[in-house]
Amino acid sequence: MMRRETGKTDMAETLPKPRSFQEIILRLQTYWASKGCAILQPYDMEVGAGTFHPATTLRSLGSKPWTAAYVQPSRRPTDGRYGENPNRLQHYYQYQVIIKPSPPDLQALYLGSLEAIGIDMALHDVRFVEDDWESPTLGAWGLGWEVWCDGMEVSQFTYFQQVGGHDCHPVSGELTYGLERLAMYVLGVDHVMDMPFNDPQSPSPLTYGDVFKQTEQEYSRWNFDVADTDTLLRHFEEAEAECARIIDAPAEDPKTGKRIIMAHPAYDQAIKASHIFNLLDARGVISVTERQAYIGRVRALTKLCADAFVQTEAGGYVA
Amino acid sequence: MPDLLIELFSEEIPARMQGKAAADLQKLVTDGLVEAGLTYAGARAFSTPRRLTLALDGLLAQSPTLREERRGPKVGAPDKALEGFMRGAGVTRDQLEEREDKKGSFYYATVVTEGRPAAEIVAEVLEKTIRNFPWPKSMRWGAGSLRWVRPLHRITCILSDEAGASVVSLDIDGIVAGQQTEGHRFMGGGAFTVTSFEDYEAQLKRNFVVLSSEERQEAIWNDATNAAFALGLEVVEDKGLLREVAGLVEWPVVLMGDIEEDFLGLPPEVLQTSMKEHQKFFSVRNPKTGRIEKWITVSNIETADHGATILAGNQKVLAARLADAKFFWENDLRVAQRQGLSAWTDRLSNVTFHRELGSQAERIDRIAALAREIAPAVGADADLAEQAARVAKADLSSEMVYEFPELQGLMGRYYAQAAGLDASVAAACEEHYSPLGPSDDVPTAPVSVAVALADKLDTLTGFWAIDEKPTGSKDPYALRRAALGVIRLVLANSARMKLDRFIDAQLVRHKVKIIEDLRQDEATALIAEIAEHGVFGAAFRTVLEAGEERTNGFSSLEQVVPDTSTDLLSFFHDRLKVHLRDEGIRHDVIDACLAMEGSDDIRLLVTRAEALAAFMKTDDGENLVQGFKRANNILSQAEEKDGVEYSYGADVKFAEEDSEKALFAALDAAEAKITPAMQGEDFAAAMEAMASLRAPIDAFFEAVQVNSENSIIRRNRLNLLSRIRTICSQVADLSKLEG
Repeated sequence: MMRRETGKTDMAETLPKPRSFQEIILRLQTYWASKGCAILQPYDMEVGAGTFHPATTLRSLGSKPWTAAYVQPSRRPTDGRYGENPNRLQHYYQYQVIIKPSPPDLQALYLGSLEAIGIDMALHDVRFVEDDWESPTLGAWGLGWEVWCDGMEVSQFTYFQQVGGHDCHPVSGELTYGLERLAMYVLGVDHVMDMPFNDPQSPSPLTYGDVFKQTEQEYSRWNFDVADTDTLLRHFEEAEAECARIIDAPAEDPKTGKRIIMAHPAYDQAIKASHIFNLLDARGVISVTERQAYIGRVRALTKLCADAFVQTEAGGYVA
Repeated sequence: MPDLLIELFSEEIPARMQGKAAADLQKLVTDGLVEAGLTYAGARAFSTPRRLTLALDGLLAQSPTLREERRGPKVGAPDKALEGFMRGAGVTRDQLEEREDKKGSFYYATVVTEGRPAAEIVAEVLEKTIRNFPWPKSMRWGAGSLRWVRPLHRITCILSDEAGASVVSLDIDGIVAGQQTEGHRFMGGGAFTVTSFEDYEAQLKRNFVVLSSEERQEAIWNDATNAAFALGLEVVEDKGLLREVAGLVEWPVVLMGDIEEDFLGLPPEVLQTSMKEHQKFFSVRNPKTGRIEKWITVSNIETADHGATILAGNQKVLAARLADAKFFWENDLRVAQRQGLSAWTDRLSNVTFHRELGSQAERIDRIAALAREIAPAVGADADLAEQAARVAKADLSSEMVYEFPELQGLMGRYYAQAAGLDASVAAACEEHYSPLGPSDDVPTAPVSVAVALADKLDTLTGFWAIDEKPTGSKDPYALRRAALGVIRLVLANSARMKLDRFIDAQLVRHKVKIIEDLRQDEATALIAEIAEHGVFGAAFRTVLEAGEERTNGFSSLEQVVPDTSTDLLSFFHDRLKVHLRDEGIRHDVIDACLAMEGSDDIRLLVTRAEALAAFMKTDDGENLVQGFKRANNILSQAEEKDGVEYSYGADVKFAEEDSEKALFAALDAAEAKITPAMQGEDFAAAMEAMASLRAPIDAFFEAVQVNSENSIIRRNRLNLLSRIRTICSQVADLSKLEG
C-alpha cells in the first residue's frame, strides 16, 4: 500500500536527533516557548512530581487563563536503587506543561513537541492509551492517556477535572514527560547512568552518572536507613500545624491594611508534609492502615490551600 | 427514502468503552427517531479509537401527519370550559364541530399534528443523545461545559438520497455538524467531504482507517496467525486482548518479534502475563514444545522501514520488563529452594487479611486446622492436607505475585515444586482457589479439594462471624461465589460430609479470636469436640458450662454459634436452590428434600432431590404423591380435630375389611423393600415401593369408612394412615410438593 504524506500541517518538522539529555530539555523549552508558554523555573522545594508545583496545582484553579512549562526535579524516596537500576531513580526530572483552558489542538501540540526532540511520526508508533489520573494527596483527578511510543510510556496527558476538591472551570490540559526515560529512548541508551548529560563532543563530556550516580547512592542510603524518623514525624506535625495556622490568619493584613490571603506559604507547608510522608514511607515506618490516614491528612491540607487560593486574585477572586 | 450517516469524532476513546458506546449510540438515536415517528429499514454502528459512527438506511423523509379527534365540553357549557378545551387542542371556535350522541350534544375538535422533516427530528434526537450519553466516565475540556468521554471535535451528520447529500443543521456548544471528516492521524490526507455511508467507508479506507472493529479484529488475527504459521508456530488465542488491541488502532499492522534466549526459561504463564499486561502483546507458541518463543504486537502505522524502528523499540521495552520478571523469578526460586516456603508464610503474619479477621498468617492457621479435619471426608491424607494449607498462600509474599497478582496460585505451584514438596501439595497451591467462576473447573485431587473447601469455609464463616453478609447486589467479598464453590466441590467429588460440623468448628475458631478472654487450651478442646459431634454434642455443653463460671466468653459462644451456623447453612441452601433450579429441578422438589434430616450433607441432599425429581416425571411419581396425600389429608384433619398425633402403631388384629387387611400386608411388603433401599440410599427403589402402595390405599378408602363408630377401630385405622405417612416420608417431605 502507498504511504501518504502526513496530513497534519500544524506539526513541527522533525529535527535532527538530539545528542544529549540537556539538548532534549532545551528543545522542549524552545518548543513550548514558541507555543506561547511562560517558561518557569523549578519550584524550590522537594516534591514528588511536577504536578505539585503551585504553577500547576494552584494555577489550575479559578477562571484565569494560564499557560506555563517548566522542568521539575522530583523525588520519590522509595524508588532509590543506589544508582544501580538502569531506569529507577529516587531523584529525576519531569517536564511539565500546563495550559488553561486546554486548547482544542493540544494533542497536535504535544505530538509537535515529540517531533521537536527528534521523534519522526512517520517511523514511530505513537498511541494514546487510556489512563485516568488521580492524586489522593492533592484531592485531584482527571481523564486522559499515557502516551506510548513504540510500546513505551513516554508521557502522561491529562485533562484536569478536579483539584483540591474543586471542580476545574475552565479545564486545564496537563502534559508530563518523564525526561530520563524519554531521553534514554531518543538517545538509544540502555542505562540511565550512561546517558550523555551535555554534548558528548564537548571538551568535558559528562554522563548522567557523572552528575547523579554518587547522589543516588547517598540519598538511597539516607532515605532507606539513616533519616531520623522521630525528627521526620515531628516535622510532619509541625508542617501540618503551620499550614492550618497560616490559613486561619485573618485575610486583612494589620500592617498594610490590605487583603492578603497567604495561600502559597500555606501550600509550601502542605508540600513539605507530603514529602516528609514519602520519606517516612521509604523508612518503612508507616503501616498499611496508617498510610491511608497520612494521605488523608495531606489531602486535607491541600484542600485548605485550594480553598484559600480561589479567594485570591490569581485564583479569580474579584472584590 | 434517505439514508442517515452520523459520525462523532473525538480524541482517543478508551478501548474498553468503544463497543458499548457504538451500541448505545445506535439504541439512543433509533429509539428517539422511532418515538418521533421516523422509522427506518436498517441500522449499523461502528467504533474506532477516534470515532463512533451510525448508519441508518431507508429512513422516512418526514414523520407522518397525525390526525386526532377530541371530544370537548357539552354544547352550552360555560365559556371558560370551552376556552380551555380550545387552548388545549390548539383550535379556534370556527374549527369546532357540534355532534350529537346518546348523552347529548358535544363540541368536537380535530387536532392535526403536521409531519416534520427528518432533518429536524434527527437534529433534536442527536443533540439529546450527545448531551445524555451514558459514558462510564465523562469529562469537560477547555472552557466549555459539554461532557464527552474525551474532547469531542467534530460531528458529521448527513441525510443522503438519489438527489445528493444534505447536512443536518445542528450546533452543540459551538460544534457545528458538517459533511467532513478525516482519516488516520498520521497516514490520512487531511479532511474530506463525504456524501453517503458507502462513500464514507471507502474514503476512510483510502485514508487508512478500517471502520469496523470486527474487520480490524479479523485482519489482526489473520495476519498474526499467518505470520506465526509461516514459522511453524501458533498464536495463543486471547479474544479479550484481540478486542482491546482492535480498539487501539485504526489501521492495524501486525509485527512479530523475538524473545531473547535469556528469557525463554521463564514459565510460559509469566511470559504471557508480562507481555499481555504491560505491552498488550500476543504470545506466540511453539506447538511442539509448548514454549512461548515470540510475540506479536499490533501497531497503528505503516512505515518506510516496514516497522523496523517500532519493532526495535518494543523489543527494548519488553527486554526491560522481562529482565524484571526474570529477576523476580530467580530471586523467588532461590528463596524456595534454600529456605522453603515458610520464609514467605512467616512474612504473612504482617499482612492483614481483614481488620476484624486478623492477619493472613492467622487465617492460614485456621484453614490448616480445618483442612486436616475435612481430609478424611474427601479421601485426602490429613498431614498432606494440613501441609498444603500451610503453604498454599505462601506465594502471596513472593516478588512475582507482588508484581503480577493474577499469577497467585500458579506461582505457588512452581515454588512448591522448587521447594521439593509433594506433588499433591504443589497442585493444591494452584488449585485451592478453584472453582472461581461457573465455567472454572472443579479440582478433584483429594488434597486440593480439602484445602479448597477449608479456604472457602473459613472465608464464609469469618464474614458470618463478624456479620458482613452479602446484601442485595452487594457482595464485596464474593461470598456467594465461595458458597457455590463449596457446593460444586462437594458435588463433583461426591464428598459425604456434615457441613454443619465444619461450619461450627470454624465459627468457634473465629469467635475465639474475637473473644479475647478465652483460654487457648479450652478453645482447642472445644473446637475438637465440635468437629467431632457438632455444637449440639454433650461435651460441647459440658465445656461451655464449665467455662461459663469464669468468663462470659463461653456463654456468648453458646448464644451466637448455633444461630450463625444455621443462618450460614440456610445461605448454602439458597445457593443450592439456585444451582439446582439451573439444572431444571423444581423448587418444591428441593423444599421437600430440604425438610429432611441431614440437609447439611449436600451430596445426600442432591441425590435425594435428583431422585425425587426424576421419579416425579414417571407415572409412579403421581401414584406416590396421590397415595400419600389421600392418607395424609384425612389423617391431618382427624389429628387437628382430636388434638392428638396418631403414631402409636396400628394392629392388624383390629382390621375388619379385606382391603384393610390387604393394606397391612402391602405396607409390610413395601417396608421390607424400603428399609434396605434406604440403608443403601437407593431412593428410586424406595420410592418405587412407596408408589406401589397407591392401589391398596385407593382400595382401602373405597371399601372402608375411616371414621368408624367403634373408637378402637377408628383409632387403629388412623394409626394405619399414620404408618403410611411415616413410610412415604422417608425420602422427602411429600406434603411440600405442589399439585
